[in-house]
Amino acid sequence: MGMDSLIGGTIWDEYSQKVTELMNNPKNMGEITQEQAEEMGTKLIVADFGAESCGDAVRLYWAVDPKDDRIVEAKFKSFGCGTAIASSDTMVELCKGKTVDEAVKITNIDVEKAMRDTPDVPAVPPQKMHCSVMAYDVIKKAAAQYKGVDMNSFETEFIVCECARVSLSTLKEVIRLNDLTTVEQITDYTKAGAFCKSCIKPGGHEAKDIYLVDLIEEYKKEKMTQTANTIASGGPVDFAQMTIVQKLKAVDKIIDDNIRQMLIMDGGDMEILDIKENGGYFDIYIRYLGACSGCASSSTGTLYAIENILRQKLDENIRVLPL
Amino acid sequence: MRVYLDNNATTIVDPHVKAEMDPFFVEKYGNPNSLHAFAGETHGPLKTAMEKIYAGIHAPKEDSVVITSCATESNNWVLKSVYFEYILTGRKNHIIVSEVEHPSVIATAKFIESQGCRVTYLPINSEGMIDPQSVRDNITNKTALVSVMWVNNETGAIFPVQEIGAICEEHKVLFHTDAVQAIGKIPVDVQSFNVDYLTFSAHKFHGPKGVGGLYMKKGKELMPLLHGGAQMGGLRSGTLNVAGIIGMGKAMEQAVDALDYEMTEIREMRDQFEDQLLEIKDTFVITPRAKRTPNTILISFRGIEGEAMLWDLNQAGIAASTGSACASEDLESNPVMEAIGADADLAHTAIRFSLSRYTTQDEMDYTIDIVRKAVERLRAISSSYAYAPAGHKSGLAAH
Repeated sequence: MGMDSLIGGTIWDEYSQKVTELMNNPKNMGEITQEQAEEMGTKLIVADFGAESCGDAVRLYWAVDPKDDRIVEAKFKSFGCGTAIASSDTMVELCKGKTVDEAVKITNIDVEKAMRDTPDVPAVPPQKMHCSVMAYDVIKKAAAQYKGVDMNSFETEFIVCECARVSLSTLKEVIRLNDLTTVEQITDYTKAGAFCKSCIKPGGHEAKDIYLVDLIEEYKKEKMTQTANTIASGGPVDFAQMTIVQKLKAVDKIIDDNIRQMLIMDGGDMEILDIKENGGYFDIYIRYLGACSGCASSSTGTLYAIENILRQKLDENIRVLPL
Repeated sequence: MRVYLDNNATTIVDPHVKAEMDPFFVEKYGNPNSLHAFAGETHGPLKTAMEKIYAGIHAPKEDSVVITSCATESNNWVLKSVYFEYILTGRKNHIIVSEVEHPSVIATAKFIESQGCRVTYLPINSEGMIDPQSVRDNITNKTALVSVMWVNNETGAIFPVQEIGAICEEHKVLFHTDAVQAIGKIPVDVQSFNVDYLTFSAHKFHGPKGVGGLYMKKGKELMPLLHGGAQMGGLRSGTLNVAGIIGMGKAMEQAVDALDYEMTEIREMRDQFEDQLLEIKDTFVITPRAKRTPNTILISFRGIEGEAMLWDLNQAGIAASTGSACASEDLESNPVMEAIGADADLAHTAIRFSLSRYTTQDEMDYTIDIVRKAVERLRAISSSYAYAPAGHKSGLAAH
């Protein structure tokens, strides 16, 4: 939250002057007919993306010279809001004169940057970034049609956030390297989820195969499994990262390996009752059994021995509290 | 020329209303609950304002018309207090609302649903109307409340609250209606049918923002939502919004006085404008005219995305609205368009024009001219009306 979030502005106020001008007078709006394409000695490509039922749709026309794959002329038609129209217009402008292979490399981010008035001020508000994605997708559709291939073949990586173009592999790496546990953190680190927000969780503007919440969940599970495996193999584990069950097992194992034998020899034993986090400390509540329960050393020497070994092996912030 | 046709969102404050409010900022600023003359001089005007508000909805003196900060507060109050008194205590487990209620009802219903209350969301039919039979079909002996708006804000559809109220009475279920869009547009009389709670808001009928009301029938008073200094008979605490209440009183009086004008002159202006809009091809109006308030039109222009239409209107100084697609922050399509099961291609094409008694014929003439130009321009851009070569499959797949 914070002041800027409390009273919303009009999204239109955040449009660049260029977006406004293109909405009012799109330069490349129109169509190319079969006859016109033939007159130019070119192949006509007509590609559609989006759907009116989803709120935006674009039809892209290319006249491509078959000799060198160059886009000689390009036009668009669009059902959509101002930014959809301005983005389509800009996309078409960027296509013109390029070869099909070069055009495929144009991204939605290129389209958005081309609409900026000044290099460091976004041309559209975050929730409108989505409109430029459609402009990018329709290029791939047109190129696929021209080359007779599937449009997905142009995508070398799986993109989770299309607005910011953040791939699955990048997200997984950033989450792991920085130990990210919330969607807000992912957005801070990668910009994924900062725009139309469809990729955050199901129920947004667009349905997705993978959401950011899934990645967080997956990482949490991965971490849990990893910790469990390390405990099983006796390797060093960060006590603070363990689940409560893992903590209990880890403490029990240390006591089994180092303490219990000694207590049983004296005709006693102990059990763990609870583990609680308390202001940076881990308080382990225990109860002595058998002969130990009346023993004077149980609150001095034996207790220190238990506490020391746990601190040494697990975490220096462990406190052992006999009840 | 600037033309304001978004009167279902808010209205101009009537200059007479503002004039009545003016003395209560600098001259007569006392807290009505204090014991001195500064307080005393507010009591008379407040009483007069309350009488006008009671008269405006025909509320008998023994019932309570509690002043709130807005309709959202009033609606929250009804649903949450019913939740606290009936659901949380286990006496009942269910409420019924329509699926096209204002967000202040829908979001509150969703909240109490998350707390364990069962909620039925009544569907609307293809005319955008609620069938009272659907209320009867969904009431159980565990139903605590039915909340159905009197007039839908998007379409202007007048819902059959009299019939729904009768069904609620028969089944001894509480009945609440959000009448925000009804005041000043159709006669509102809480004694003419069974209704326990009724919400209204001053800024929808040429009063100030930040003041609304909740009518509660005698014996059906809700537990307070706002606890504090026990103003409003302890029902709603918070220092009285003196100027706001006085403004709402005047606005209510004028809304009632202007009702005839609204139902004749404004209706005629609206109807004529609507006829002109419908002359444009591929246009569709939601909800038959006779079933709507006199001031509202929700119309679809095929092939034109709603926000694009708003853009062109705004460039020409005309204010209208759309609850659809790109226009709202959450990028959802118009909920009413979805609910009536409109052709999916039209879900993002609806524009709402809402008139008021301040709307003039000149403004309507100007607007129809601008709309025609905008439709022509935007359909020339639209892919829906675009050339496709023979054999081209549109392939407009969902994305």
